[in-house]
Parts: sequence; structure tokens; C-alpha cells
Amino acid sequence: MAAVLESLLREELSVAVAVRWIARSAQSSEDDPREAAALSSLRPLRKEFVPFLLNFLREQSSRVLPQGPPTPAKAPGSSTGLPGRSGGPPRGGRGARNQLFPPIEASSATAADAPSARRGGRRRGPGPARERGRGPGGLEEGVSGECLPWAGGRRPRSSGSPSSPSLARSDPPNLSNLEEFPPVGSVPPGSAGTKPSRRINPTPVSEERSLSKPKTCFTSPPISCVPSSQPSVLDTSPWGHGIPSGCRSLQEEREMLRKERSKQLQQSPTPACPTLEPGSPHPSRTGHLTAEPADPTRVSSRHRLELVALVYSSCIADSLESPLFQSVHDCVFFAVQVLEHQFHVLSHLDKGTLKLLAENERLLCFSPALQGRLRAAYEGSVAKVSLAMPPSAQAVSFQPETDNRANFSSDRAFHTFKKQRDVFYEVLREWEDRHEEPGWDFEKGLGSRIRAMMGQLSAACSHSHFVRLFQKQLLQMCQSPGGAGGTVLGEAPDVLNMLGADKLGRLRRLQERLVAPQSSGGPCPPPTFPGCQGFFRDFILSASSFQFNQHLMDSLSLKIRELNSLALPQPEPSDEDGESDVDWQGERRQFAVVLLSLRLLAKFLGFVAFLPYRGPEPPPTRELQDSILSLRSQVPPVLDVRALLQQGLRARRAVLTVPWLVEFLSLADHIVPMLDYYRSIFTLLLHLHRSLVLSKESEGEMCFLNKLLLLAVLGWLFQIPTVPEDLFFLEEGQLDVFEVDTVASEHGLDSMPVVDQQLLYTCCPYIGELRKLLASWVSGSSGRSGGLVRKITPTTTTGLGAQPPQTTQGLQAQLAQAFFHNQPPSLRRTVEFVAERIGSNCVKHIKATLVAELVRQAESLLQEQLVTQGQEGGDPAQLLEILCSQLCPHGAQALTQGREFCQKKSPGAVRALLPEETPAAVLSSAENIAVSLATEKACAWLSANITALIRREVKAAVSRTLRAQGPEPAARGERRGCSRACEHHAPLPSHLISEIKDVLSLAVGPRDPEEGVAPEYLEQLLGQLGQMLRCRQFLCPPAEQHLAKCSVELASLLVADQIPILGPPAQHQLERGQARRLLLMLLSLWKDDFQVPVPLQLLLRPRNVALLADTRPREWDLLLFLLRELVEKGLMRRMEIEACLGSLHETQWPGDFSEELATLFNLFLAEPHVPEHQLRACELVQPNRGTVLAQS
Amino acid sequence: MILTKAQYDEIAQCLVSVPPTRQSLRKLKQRFPSQSQATLLSIFSQEYQKHIKRTHAKHHTSEAIESYYQRYLNGVGENGAAPVLLELANEVDYAPSLMARIILERFLQEHEEAPPSKSVINSMLRDPSQIPDGVLANQVYQCIVNDCCYGPLVDCIKHAIGHEHEVLLRDLLLEKNLSFLDEDQLRARGYDKTPDFILQVPVAVEGHIIHWIESKASFGDECSHHAYLHDQFWSYWNSSEKESLILWLKSQSLVKFVIVGI
Repeated sequence: MAAVLESLLREELSVAVAVRWIARSAQSSEDDPREAAALSSLRPLRKEFVPFLLNFLREQSSRVLPQGPPTPAKAPGSSTGLPGRSGGPPRGGRGARNQLFPPIEASSATAADAPSARRGGRRRGPGPARERGRGPGGLEEGVSGECLPWAGGRRPRSSGSPSSPSLARSDPPNLSNLEEFPPVGSVPPGSAGTKPSRRINPTPVSEERSLSKPKTCFTSPPISCVPSSQPSVLDTSPWGHGIPSGCRSLQEEREMLRKERSKQLQQSPTPACPTLEPGSPHPSRTGHLTAEPADPTRVSSRHRLELVALVYSSCIADSLESPLFQSVHDCVFFAVQVLEHQFHVLSHLDKGTLKLLAENERLLCFSPALQGRLRAAYEGSVAKVSLAMPPSAQAVSFQPETDNRANFSSDRAFHTFKKQRDVFYEVLREWEDRHEEPGWDFEKGLGSRIRAMMGQLSAACSHSHFVRLFQKQLLQMCQSPGGAGGTVLGEAPDVLNMLGADKLGRLRRLQERLVAPQSSGGPCPPPTFPGCQGFFRDFILSASSFQFNQHLMDSLSLKIRELNSLALPQPEPSDEDGESDVDWQGERRQFAVVLLSLRLLAKFLGFVAFLPYRGPEPPPTRELQDSILSLRSQVPPVLDVRALLQQGLRARRAVLTVPWLVEFLSLADHIVPMLDYYRSIFTLLLHLHRSLVLSKESEGEMCFLNKLLLLAVLGWLFQIPTVPEDLFFLEEGQLDVFEVDTVASEHGLDSMPVVDQQLLYTCCPYIGELRKLLASWVSGSSGRSGGLVRKITPTTTTGLGAQPPQTTQGLQAQLAQAFFHNQPPSLRRTVEFVAERIGSNCVKHIKATLVAELVRQAESLLQEQLVTQGQEGGDPAQLLEILCSQLCPHGAQALTQGREFCQKKSPGAVRALLPEETPAAVLSSAENIAVSLATEKACAWLSANITALIRREVKAAVSRTLRAQGPEPAARGERRGCSRACEHHAPLPSHLISEIKDVLSLAVGPRDPEEGVAPEYLEQLLGQLGQMLRCRQFLCPPAEQHLAKCSVELASLLVADQIPILGPPAQHQLERGQARRLLLMLLSLWKDDFQVPVPLQLLLRPRNVALLADTRPREWDLLLFLLRELVEKGLMRRMEIEACLGSLHETQWPGDFSEELATLFNLFLAEPHVPEHQLRACELVQPNRGTVLAQS
Repeated sequence: MILTKAQYDEIAQCLVSVPPTRQSLRKLKQRFPSQSQATLLSIFSQEYQKHIKRTHAKHHTSEAIESYYQRYLNGVGENGAAPVLLELANEVDYAPSLMARIILERFLQEHEEAPPSKSVINSMLRDPSQIPDGVLANQVYQCIVNDCCYGPLVDCIKHAIGHEHEVLLRDLLLEKNLSFLDEDQLRARGYDKTPDFILQVPVAVEGHIIHWIESKASFGDECSHHAYLHDQFWSYWNSSEKESLILWLKSQSLVKFVIVGI
């Protein structure tokens, strides 16, 4: 081991090669053959290297880092009276301050490497964290019937070192505390055949301490292995953990060794004060703290320190673990180096930590560059994390929905359940009130009551009811979605409202500083049941009911499955604008709620499921173990977590599944990891852990914080004592078996930024250790440097007593809240829903009635205006202003009408939606609340918007009216539509236009010689036109107008005999009788069927008249006939026709045509009436019409 | 009746560089006797419009206009009764109505002091007897009645078809007792671009949920195929509707389709 390190330090080996060597058993082709050769000889030692390195670092640094001085700021005097080493390792009480000195070194051990790998731990291994650091109140302290079994205060270890248990939890990590940072390299439980340590005999430990102090320690000296040969001391706690008892003696041994060493190393003759903390053997330590800051220029063997830091960092980066320390300067230098290498991880920590790091003087001193980067990261960070524990006990709520008689088999069962519920809440309330009292004991105080209650649960269904209540209550009380910001100091909301947001924030910060736990149990705390969780755990233990446990497991499993498969929303991960960021807040919160619920449920499932098997320690002999294993392997798992894990990995939802699975497994007993089923899970998790490399971030990969969370929880799991270390070395060859195809779904939860710092810190409170350590360093040094801790001045509310009485409105609102509190949630939802809808309907109704009426008024006012002021009516904008000034005041009615509407409509809706059986008083209250809420909503909108609404609508009406002033189509709407009997079988207008257009084009030409129309076809066409005009179903005005025009064109062509007729070449012209029939049809259409004006004057336009000029011989009789018919039918007045004929003279015509035209004119004038014989005469004189005309 | 894409393409194939005249349409009818005149005309119009859109610009250069005008003048100078303008349009492969417009504009520029406004020109095209020159009036009129793809009469036919189908659709909806909002009602509610009908209660047709219906039966584009309209309609419906479907509707011997929102 040392040889490897030696080679490294002498630079015979490169760091990269060394790390590869540690990480892989096989040689890499990239390796220098010489280096590889050097290492290959050391191969058997490979597994030992990491623990060796860690121990090396720890021992080196612990020599120079002070262990015991109390906070200089707080008790400067006491520092002079430090005890010698005789008192044993520091613990409890003042120990909290003793650690002020080495924050940076410690920080590298806490936050920086917490996510990936921590110090301490097992022998070695390329994978997960090996840290075996035991926080105060380690796992093995067990329950011992106390309310805080896991994090309970540490008992004095020996009579010579008194400590104050109340402060025990605030211990920062203590490097020389062997419980917290035990040396690395220990015996896997169950391995036999090694010899006990030969150096110092283990000191027996008193029974009393056996309950409270950590027992699993890997305290053998590096390299040599010490077996657990000591007889185990059974943990008598109700669910005591297995405690590898052998370690206890080793620990002692270790401490004594350390004592010896410090004696040698430190020549401090300062008289010890035995009543104070042990562990600070050197007064100059205190001197270091107060007067001798770490100095970068005094770093010895800088280069070698750099190398070691690189190895350590590389180990962290590759999910591996990490002498040279001659002074505090070396330690600080090393720590800063490591921090520099781990900046990527640091930059993702919360804002508070970054600030503390950036403001750290030593860091500034040793690496201004890193300090600058940290400051930049701090300034860019938005990750504010509150370390305050969420308020633990929330008000006990009744769940009337579960009280439904219909859910019970009998009245008796129902009543029993109700009674039980009462007992349960009574017990819970009592616990809330008393559990913090000294001397109060759960079992003693409540045990019998709980068991009596459980005894009453006879029917299976009663159990399931109670379990549902239990689980609901558990979730309600213990689930703490981070960042939700609980009540401050438990104050009533109205008092806090008086403070204002700014002061409220200040109050929160102050509260956090005062009540946030100083330490959550060191960098690697054991599984605990903090806060309310303790109640539920103790309840389960005290109840000790098999049926209850079974039902609870069923229920928890079901809920876990349900939540685990919950489809969490997955918005597009691409867009990063602010808006989607806002959306993300909601998604994150939902994810956090689900994740925390799952973790809570899984923890309790693990607790209950493994409760029967939980023993003090692994079975001592192989035979016993084998028999237990063969027995246990028959038991199916309570929940198929392996399948869920595999599913989760495949669906890329590891970020949801793994954290709760870790919680579940953390409560497993010692045998569990040896069972094939669970062993495969651990292997899978190990593989996952190794595959998550923080420094690698690629497209579609897991988000950094997601990865960090997984690494942190996995790292934490792997160091739990029940997880045997050998697990991590045996599987190396088998990893591929568990390769999981994660490519299956590209966009799982894993690649969504679902984890934020708050969730990370909530799930892994130990990550917050760094911040706490830095904060206490700051507060410790503040006395000297002028105070970096900003004072938070609490604000007192002035004259709280003389507060004016609350307004009726406020009181009403509170009454409503209180009312809802006592009712089922569905009632509240119903009332709120009704209020929301009715309020909205009210606004719509006002729009449709009041506003519409005002618009009508506006229109008639406008009409009047237009009549009085003539067509123009004046400037529209001005008109609008006048109208609005007249009408807008009426908008005030909207509020009255709105109130009436809500008053009228809401109660009915509430009544319809609530159960029939709702008591009258409840119903009427609900109705009243709905009315007032709806009114509030509607009136708020109306009073803000009614004027603008009226204005808008009136404006639209004005422009509509003004537009309508334009020339109106004359024949609109009078005779629209056909008779009811009509079946609309007439040809379509489009078809007729098209057909007539074809006839026109044929007539106008050019045409092929064989082209023409049949006279019958023309008749049919006009007949269809008549049909269509009478049906009108599909007719629109433009089509009718075009048809009218076309019909006139057709008439002109008929008159001019220009329509080519199909038939023998000689007969290309229409017979006169046929032509006249067609003209009469047209006349009838014009007179009776067209509803648009027919442009008959076109008939006498030069262009149409000119058609006659082209015909040889010219035939005027049809025109004359048509004109006379027009007059006859009243389609044109004589005057009109005369005017048209008169204007024809203005056109240039060929000479003879002018003459004939003049004759026609005279003829028409001369014959006011159109006698039949005249027409006949015309026909008769056809051969020489011109002459006839002239004669007549 | 459903017209396949292949059939459409076959018809369109015959329409390359064919003048939009009655004669062309007649030939088309002889070639595809199984298709109705309305369908053929509609395809003709569709294809011809595409052609005109491509070539429109080259007929509107000042050189082109001048040369057309000179040719027109020469033509009518020789024989005012001959179909000079129509033949010119056919010769240069341009729509007769559009050619009439070019010449009319040019003519008015020459004879009026102020450049003619669009509305004046449109009015003259609708009623050529307003054209001061008798010969030109006849030429223009000839162009208009002979053009089966452009001109005020064709526009009117298109409009009439659109209206008819809207009526048809409304009747069908009423007949099927489907509650709907029509365009006017929608406009009153502040929609700017609307389909013809929005169904107040969606219906399922052949497995598709239909929310809205747009009658797209106007003369010109009823034969546009799916993708084309699909794209066009995205601008109307970019939010809730995921897809649109074109349904062919056969009723009263009309082949037409509607686009329905899904």
C-alpha cells in the first residue's frame, strides 16, 4: 500500500494510472508498461489501497488538526483548560465547538464528497462510498424506547468525560472521533479466520453504553484485519439492530492507539482539565485557531500534497474513495486542492453554502481563484435552501370521508372504528404535547392504551380501515415537500401578515438559525425517524400487532406501487425561457411531493417488513447463517422491489425509484443483503452508482442534480452497517449480467430537471453538514474578525394587544375557513366550484342582457343622431364619445344585477351538487358562502371592466351602424325564400350562370361551324332559371345580379338574332315565333322572379344595339316588340326608353343604321300602345322591314 | 364520388398549355366522358390557375404590355369584328380576361387623363358597355364570356358554388340535428378567421371526431388534394385541432368536399 503511495509521490506512477489501477482489475492498454509492471506486483493489494489512502489522510491530518478546543468566541477561557488525551475521544457537548478549527478539511469530507464517495468505510473498492463515519447517535444506538432513538443524545462514554446530551446532536464531524471517522478497512461480518489484534487488549465496555454508542466500527488498523471475536451484546431495544460487538473493543483499542500517538507527537504540557472535553491535547491548537491562521506560504511539500489531492479527487470523481500533513497549513492546502478539483460539485450546492465558502478566509488565502469561482457561482445561484426542519406536527384533521358507515360490515365495526380513531388521535395529541418532555416515555405513557385499542380491532376490515387512517395520517404529518415554507414559529397567520413580507422573511431566517438542527448526525447519519415519524414507528412497536403490521404492509405496498407508477408530467425539456421555468416550479413541486411520500412509505414498509428479522448482528457461524439464508430465501419479498427497480431503470425513472428503494433497503436486517434476491438489487444499485459519473454530462443524460441525489442516497445506503462490504468486491465480474437497457425511453424523468437543491438537501440532510460546519466556523471566528454573521433583527409587532378588532369581512372569511375545516373536502371544492362558475356566468349574463340592451340604446340614439344631423352624422369618434358618456353610467347597474344573479343562481347549484342528506344548516352555510364568493368574483370583474366593456360594444355597434348607412341593396330580404313545400330541386345558380355563359360565348364567338344551341335548350334553360329564381334556396345576391345581367345580354342577342341554332345550315337562325316566346319568358322572369334590379337599360346601350347593325338584313321588329313589352309590363317607363334611344344618337353609326335607328325611335314614340296587329304587320313586312317601318 | 389522385393527375396532364376556352373544355369532356363537366372544369380551373400564377409576371412587364397593345391595335385596325384580343391571349398563353384587363388598362391610360382606378376597371370588366370604345367593349366582352377560368363571370360562379355548398352543408347539419355555430355567429363572437361551421357538440364520422367543418367547395380549389389544404388550414387551426380531414360530399349531383376539424 505504502509502496503504491510512495511511487505516486515520487512520481514514478501517474495519477491516472493509479486510479485506473484502483478502479479495474484488468490492465489497460493505455498504461505505461513500466508503470503497469510496477503495479501488477501489487495487485493483491489493490483492494486495500483506498482504505489505506483514507486512513493515511486521516491520520496525517488528525495529528495537526485540533480536536478539542471550545469555541473561542464563546468560551475563550475554557480553551486554556483543555484536557489531555486521557479523557478519550471528544464527544457530545462542547465537542460541537471543538470542530471549529478544521472546517475546510472537514468540508472536503462532508459536502464535497458526500455525493459521490465519502471517507471512511470499507476496505476499498472502485465503486461507492466507503464511509463509515458515524454521526452522533449512530444507527446502533437503537431505540431504547426513547423518542429520538436514532439521533438520540450520546451518552457519556466514560465517567471522565461528561457531556451534555442535549447538545450532542450539534456535533460537527470530528476527525479524531473514531466513531465518526473510524479508520478504514474492516472485517466483513461473518468472515472468519483472522486473528484478533495483537497489540492492545480490547477494553470491555459497560452495558449501559452498549445502548447508546455506535457499535459498528471498522477499527482495525490499516491492512491488518481484526475479526469480530467478541461475544455480541444483544440489543434489547424493541427492534434493535444487529450490533457487531467485536468492533466495540476495537474502537477502544483504536482510541488508545491514537492517544499514544498524540502523546508522542504533541509535546504539550498544558495541564488538562479533566472535566472538559478531551481530545485537544495541544494548547497551540487553540492558538492556531485564534492567532495563527493557515498560511499558504508555509505549506510544506506542496507538490506531494497536490499529488495526493489529485488522487483523492480522482477517486471521488470516479466514485472511488481518497500524508504528509505536517501542519495545519498542509491540511488546509490539501483541502483547498480537493475543493478545487471538486468545484463542479460545489457549484451545484445551495446558495448559502456557496456564500459561506466564498467568504471563507482560508480559502481566499489559499486559492483566490477558487474563491472567485465560488463567488461567481454564488452570485449566479438561485438555489436557496432552508435547512430548517419543516414543522413537524400539523393539526390533526378529521377525515369524515373514511367515517362512512357504508364502508363497514356492521354498526359495531363502525362504532369500534370510530372509537379507535378517537383513541388514535388522543394518543397522537398526547404524543405531540409530551414527547419532548424529559422523562416521558412512549411505551410507558401510551403503550397500554395503544394495545388496548388494537385489541378491539377484531374484523379484518376494521384493520384495513385503521391502517388507511394510519397511513393517511402518516403521509399528512411527515411528508415535507421542501421549500413549501411552513408556518413560522407556529404563529397565527394574521399576526404574521402584520409583519409584511420582508419582515416575515427575516423572521424565517432567524427561526432557521435558531431552531434548525445544527447537525443531522454527521456526514453519514444512520437511518432515523425524525420528528413525527418517531410517533408512527413507536406506535407500530408498541402496538406489536401482527394483523396491523400485515395490513400496513399491504397498504404501504399498494400505495408505493401507485405513486411509483404515477405518470409525472414531462414537458419539453428543450425550452428554457422564463415562462416554462415558471411551469417547472409546479412540476418540480409535484415530483418532490411524490418522491418524499414514496420515501416515507418505503421507509415504513422496510421498517415493518424487516422488523421480525431484525436481530442484533449477523449470525455468528456459517452454518447458522446458511440455515437462516435457506429459510429466508423461501420468503417472498413483501414488495417486488427488484422488478420496480428494473422497470424504473428501463423507463429512465431512476431518480424517482432509487431514492425510495434506498429508504426501504436502509432498514433491512443483516441477512437481507445476503439473500439472492436482494443481493441482485444491491448489485444493480452498485452498478448504477458506478455508472453515474458526475463530471460527465452529455446530451440526454441524467441531469446533474438528479445524479447527485442518486449518488448521495446510494452512497449513504452503502455505508449502512447492515450492508456488508464484501458485496462490493464479489460482484465485479458479474456486473454485465445486470446491464440494463436504459436507451429504451429517451425522455424519462431522469433527464428532466426534477431535482432541485431543496429536494436534494431534504432527502440528504447530511449534504447540509458542510454549510453548518462553515456557519459555525464563521460564528466562531466572528468575535475576532468583526463578525461575518449578519445580525437578524427580529421585528416586534407594535401594539399587538391594542390591535383593532378585525373587520367583519375578515371574520367572515375566517368563519368560512373554519366551516370548511370541519366539513369533507368535497364540500369546499363544490362551493368553490359553484362560486367560480356562477361568478363567470354572471359576467356573461350581464354582457348578454345589460350590455346588449345598452348597445341597442346606442344604436337607436345613433339613428336619431343620423336623422337629425343628416347622412354624415358627424365624426364617428365624437359620436362614440357622446354615446358612451350617456350610456356608461348605466354600467353601475351591473353590480346590482350581478349580485342578484349570484344570489339567485348559486344556492340552487350548491344544492344540486351536495348530497341530499347534507344537514340544512350546513347546506345553507355552504349556499351563503357560495353566493358571497360568486358575488365577490363577479363584482370584482364587473367593477373593474364594465365601463370598458360597454365602450367596446358600443364602438362596435357604431361602426356597424355607420357601415350599414351605405347604399343598401334595394331588394333585400323582402320576398326571400321559397315556399315550405319546395324541395329545392331547382338547378343550382352556379350551374345556370355557367350554362348561360356558354350560350353567350357561343353567340359572341368565335365558334366552330358545327356549334350552336337547340331552341328547345334555350327554352329549357330559361325555364330552369325561373325555377331556380322561385326556389332561391341556394341563391345569393351576387349570383342573382349576374344572372339578371346575363339574361339581358341574352335578350339582346335574341333580338339581334345572334344566337347560332343547331340544325341544317340553312336554318341557322331562330324562328321568329320561337324568339318571341323566349323574349316573353325573359320578360316574365324579369317581372316576376328576379328580386334584384335587372339592368334592362343595357338593352339600349350602343354595344347591344350595335349587334343589330351586324345583321343583314336588319330586323327591328323584335326590338320594338321587346321595348313595347317592357313598357307594357311596367319594367321600364317610356321616358326611360326614350332617354336611352335619344342617347343612342350620340354614337357614331354607319349611315344607313342611323337612319333606321331614327325610324325605330319615331315608331316607338308614335305608338304609345302596342297593338297586336302592329307587331304582326312588322312580321308581314319582314322582307323589307326598313321600308315598312318607314311607312308605318 | 371520389376522384383519385391518379385520375386527377391524368386529367391535369391533358391541360398543359391549353387555352381556357369553351372548346378546350369540350375536348376535355370528350376525352373523359365519365367525369362531370363540373369536375373537369374545376380541375381545369385549378390547373390553369397554377399555370397563370407561374407565368403571370412575364405578361406584366411594360414591354409585354406595349407589344400586346400594339398587336391589339393592329388587329382591330384590320378587322374590328375579328376576335383579336381573344386570339392574342391564346397565342401568348394567357387568360383572355386577364389579357382584356391589360389592354383595357393600357387603353384607358392612353385615353384618360388620370390613370384608371382599379374599381373603374373592374366595373368596366363587369359591364363592358361602359367602355368608351365600342370595339374594345366587344373585344373585352368576348374575352370574358369565352374565358372559363378567369373573369367576373367565373368569379361569380365560384362564389355561387361556395355559397350553395354552405347552404347544402347547413341543411345537412340541420337535417342531422347537429347544433352548430355558423360563420356569422362566430364572427360576432370575435373569431377573425373561421371555418364555416363549428359544431357545438362534436360528432364522430368513421372513427374521426369532428369539431368543425369548412366547406371548401369553391370552384377553384375543390380539387386541391389533402396536403395542400392541410397546410393552408394550419393557419386557421393551430391550437386544439390536431388534424383535418377532407370529406367528399355528394349531394344533388355535386361533387365537393368539406374539410372537417378533428
